[in-house]
Amino acid sequence: MSVKHSLLALLERGPAYGYQLRAAFESATGSTWPLNIGQVYTTLSRLERDEMVEALPENESGQRPYRITEAGKRHLAGWFASPVRAADRPRDELTIKLALAVTTPGVDVADVIQRQRAATLRTLQEYTRLKADDSADLAWKLVLESMIFRAEAEIRWLDHTEAVVARAELPAPSPFGHYEPDPETSAPLEEKR
Amino acid sequence: MTVLHLRGVSRVHGDGENAVHALVNAELSIESGELVAIMGPSGSGKSTLLNLAGGLDAPTSGEVIVEGTPLSTLSKKKLAALRRRHVGYVFQDYNLVPSLTAAENAALPLELDGMGVGKARKAALAALEEVGLDAQIADRFPDEVSGGQAQRTAIARALIGERRLVLADEPTGALDSTTGEDVLKLLRKRCDQGAAGLLVTHDARHAGWADRVVFLRDGRIVDSSTPLEKPESLLEGAE
Ligand SMILES: Nc1ncnc2c1ncn2[C@@H]1O[C@H](COP(=O)(O)OP(=O)(O)OP(=O)(O)O)[C@@H](O)[C@H]1O
Ligand SMILES: [Mg+2]
Repeated sequence: MSVKHSLLALLERGPAYGYQLRAAFESATGSTWPLNIGQVYTTLSRLERDEMVEALPENESGQRPYRITEAGKRHLAGWFASPVRAADRPRDELTIKLALAVTTPGVDVADVIQRQRAATLRTLQEYTRLKADDSADLAWKLVLESMIFRAEAEIRWLDHTEAVVARAELPAPSPFGHYEPDPETSAPLEEKR
Repeated sequence: MTVLHLRGVSRVHGDGENAVHALVNAELSIESGELVAIMGPSGSGKSTLLNLAGGLDAPTSGEVIVEGTPLSTLSKKKLAALRRRHVGYVFQDYNLVPSLTAAENAALPLELDGMGVGKARKAALAALEEVGLDAQIADRFPDEVSGGQAQRTAIARALIGERRLVLADEPTGALDSTTGEDVLKLLRKRCDQGAAGLLVTHDARHAGWADRVVFLRDGRIVDSSTPLEKPESLLEGAE
């Protein structure tokens, strides 16, 4: 998640100071990604160093609002114009877990899948409840929809994986060839071949 | 209040070597106000469970109890009356009567129950409107409407009148995602108003509207979730 670009996008609405930016970010994303105020200020000072925002004079209550610069606007437009690459997303623990589950002896893959499915479905139920609240604003609803689609995709993938695994009649995964070689019989690899 | 209770319900088709155990020893009870989703692979017994719950099929063993009445104790006539008055059913294949218009199909349960034609039609038009079908569609026959419209007609028929138990078998199959969502909201609303709902779906997104999810595998309930807490406590968690 890019704090830098999020702040630029919020500043595009007009000058704002740190606390306002944090509040606006959280109202747009329904506090899905809590942002601490320290993060906001470090990011703002980096953006200022890079001349993408500029600090305005302090107001009467002692807060310093920031304003987006032309360079900041160009940078933001570039961000909106470029798709998010798969490589920029975090590695998916669930995919790795299942890939290992099917190759680890003694793991009940169907059970791993069912536990995950039940948990993800529960999360999906919770998102749906939140979405059903008509007072939610558009940005928050979009975030919720995105999480619902993701949960749905994950469950479909689990269903699919379960069917594939059931059909595959897993052969027992073979132990690693180099594990605990017997010094008596072990010979250089070339000779063994 | 418990609206539906399946007590050790099994359904076997055929016998001997060819016996198919479509449902094995199912335990399930649904309270008024609850919407329960049933999920499971094709052939796992979802429709079987729903047919048994609606009294359209009889268990080989065990008992189906609707609002305190074991269905096996009812005469054919009484069972039919219970189904007509208290149970709304959306079938996997909609099951509209081809010689009746959409409005007549939707009004059918009320008319069978002795309501006057005029009054039943008025209720039917209102029910059709609730699922997004206007008066123009109401007077067409099932083969003159689209698949999604036929499906919505079937839903209107299931929700019309005072249904205490609503059973829906893949009710959103022919609908696009937003129309499908509207149907789920409608079902949710009925349950919030006090009906008990049982929803068979392949679609996790739709199961998201339920309070609980029951997972079927080879005729057996293999897992079922505990009811979701009230939305307020969820929001507190999100802060
Ligand atoms: N009349 C019947 N005679 C024999 N077997 C039957 C009969 N009806 C259903 N079955 C079998 O019972 C099992 C459960 O069927 P059911 O229709 O309940 O599955 P389902 O979970 O609804 O599947 P789907 O998702 O495909 O609709 C299946 O193996 C099916 O072949
Ligand atoms: Mg079925």
